[in-house]
Amino acid sequence: MSVLVIAEHDNAALKPATLNAVTAASKLGGDVAVLVAGQGCGAVADAATKIAGVAKVLVADAAPYAHPLAENLTPLVVGLAQGYGHVVATATTFGKNLMPRVAALLDVQQISEVMAIEAPDTFVRPIYAGNALATVKSSDKIKVMTVRATAFEAAATGSGSAAREDVAATADAGLSRFVGQALSKMERPELTAARIIISGGRAMQNGENFKMLEEVADRLGAAVGASRAAVDAGYVPNDYQVGQTGKIVAPELYIAVGISGAIQHLAGMKDSKVIVAINKDEEAPIFTVADYGLVADLSKAIPELKAELDRTKP
Amino acid sequence: MKVLVAVKRVVDFNVKIRVKADKTGVETANVKMSMNPFDEIGVEEAVRLKEGGKATEIVAVSMGPQQCQETLRTALAMGADRGIHVLSDAELQPLAVAKLLKAIVAKEQPQLVILGKQAIDDDSNQTGQMLAALLGWSQATFASKIALGSAEAEVTREVDGGLETVAIKLPAVVTTDLRLNEPRYASLPNIMKAKKKPIDQMAPSDLGVDVTPRLATLKVEEPPKRKGGVKVGSVAELVDKLRNEAKVI
Ligand SMILES: Cc1cc2nc3c(=O)[nH]c(=O)nc-3n(C[C@H](O)[C@H](O)[C@H](O)COP(=O)(O)OP(=O)(O)OC[C@H]3O[C@@H](n4cnc5c(N)ncnc54)[C@H](O)[C@@H]3O)c2cc1C
Ligand SMILES: Nc1ncnc2c1ncn2[C@@H]1O[C@H](COP(=O)(O)O)[C@@H](O)[C@H]1O
Repeated sequence: MSVLVIAEHDNAALKPATLNAVTAASKLGGDVAVLVAGQGCGAVADAATKIAGVAKVLVADAAPYAHPLAENLTPLVVGLAQGYGHVVATATTFGKNLMPRVAALLDVQQISEVMAIEAPDTFVRPIYAGNALATVKSSDKIKVMTVRATAFEAAATGSGSAAREDVAATADAGLSRFVGQALSKMERPELTAARIIISGGRAMQNGENFKMLEEVADRLGAAVGASRAAVDAGYVPNDYQVGQTGKIVAPELYIAVGISGAIQHLAGMKDSKVIVAINKDEEAPIFTVADYGLVADLSKAIPELKAELDRTKP
Repeated sequence: MKVLVAVKRVVDFNVKIRVKADKTGVETANVKMSMNPFDEIGVEEAVRLKEGGKATEIVAVSMGPQQCQETLRTALAMGADRGIHVLSDAELQPLAVAKLLKAIVAKEQPQLVILGKQAIDDDSNQTGQMLAALLGWSQATFASKIALGSAEAEVTREVDGGLETVAIKLPAVVTTDLRLNEPRYASLPNIMKAKKKPIDQMAPSDLGVDVTPRLATLKVEEPPKRKGGVKVGSVAELVDKLRNEAKVI
């Protein structure tokens, strides 16, 4: 049986997380097809044909898909799904919004946030904020799943040569409308794609102080993240949040500044390769997962860090 | 309009969970249980809609063992008007919960159903979307703001890139995100009053729903533990270690 991957994109470019879904899909056995549904999404479809390991790209280019409304995308995906053994998307807000709707109409139990594939019907997924890992076996005919991007490598791009096939669009469901969006300007790498992340917590005290972190981030080519407390307090926008209910990240280096290390925060970053914690409380739980801990006041340590990075710049 | 809120009983978010030695699951005996935090936010939102004159009645629904009645009492103490308890000692997976909720919606005819975006035990993040699908209704997931009209609701959603606003036709399903509101604590008088509010109890079979799980849990294990590392004495030492030992910068 083949696998259908639902591409995430903004009609201009493919979201990198789709590449991780393709890698997961290729571990399920069978040909991998990618669905690009959008409006004016030709460039995305072209890019999808070049992903290594993709056999076919299905393109649905029509007005109802101008924005990724689950109500409009679901009938399209459900219609196509019948011919596949698995339907896969990344566990981003896009995939989380769409896939359960698809699964329900196919009468299957979705498998969320798959971290490992043991067999085509057996998967490992985190529960309780990643404090336990469950191995589950699906008895459904079609497996609908979301996969955790950080658990799978990104598929290579540029080398593939998949066939492109247009598919008939479904009608507007007439249930919902896109009104607008306020997306964060990204001058730095996106959190989920960054090699280095520096995150601030409640102890940053205000949005102004986050500028100190940005200055360090710029020197490291890093993305800036935050704890829920910092987001709730309004220091930074919601999309900075790392954790059980925010973004799951696994960079090469994660620097936690003034973050206590609540399990909900750890859930989002404890798979990082190297963790640094800077906290003035030596008992802070974040130190139990940190490879390098610095007990210090951040108002002193962060400017020092910036200066030291400049001084030792190779 | 009538509002239905789903409230799940889960292990309290502060509990450090332990995996059972036989790997069949997580230790839940003698562990503090609470209402799923996202569902507290859902109840709070419904109560505010009622206080604002937009909602007329709030029905809270919980599914699971007998103790779900405590969770329902909490919802009633926060301001819900009555409760529905679907009693089941068997595991209920999101698809089954969505089907049960669909059957309750058919009876109750609410204009709005509010669920949490995810239950912090199974972390599935599915039930609301599945319910909307089964009903053929619109959905607004991960809501951080709801402006309710008579035929439509405008909902701001927390998405990966920032915020998105959608207009959804009523009746609709909304799932809550953390920043939708800050739930109130129930006052003592309201806790007393809640004891007298009605809770209806029924079984999945009364609703004609087959709740057989589709996913079998083969085992539950602890994730690999991270070893704690070293403390460094200064920023200079930290930078040196990152450059020359870990080689990550
Ligand atoms: C359902 C649910 C979901 C949640 N999801 C998330 C999530 O996705 N992500 C998330 O992060 N949290 C989440 N939380 C919240 C989580 O439980 C914690 O409340 C939160 O992570 C705390 O943020 P913090 O570490 O910034 O703040 P605090 O816990 O207040 O920690 C601040 C730290 O800063 C240190 N500090 C203070 N001053 C200084 C200084 N001058 N210099 C250096 N250090 C200093 C303190 O010692 C302390 O350790 C969730 C909670 C719930 C209930
Ligand atoms: N057993 C249950 N009883 C009541 N509500 C539930 C139950 N299971 C899930 N829900 C609702 O569905 C939401 C999402 O749960 P889940 O899809 O399991 O992450 C929860 O926040 C609840 O609002």
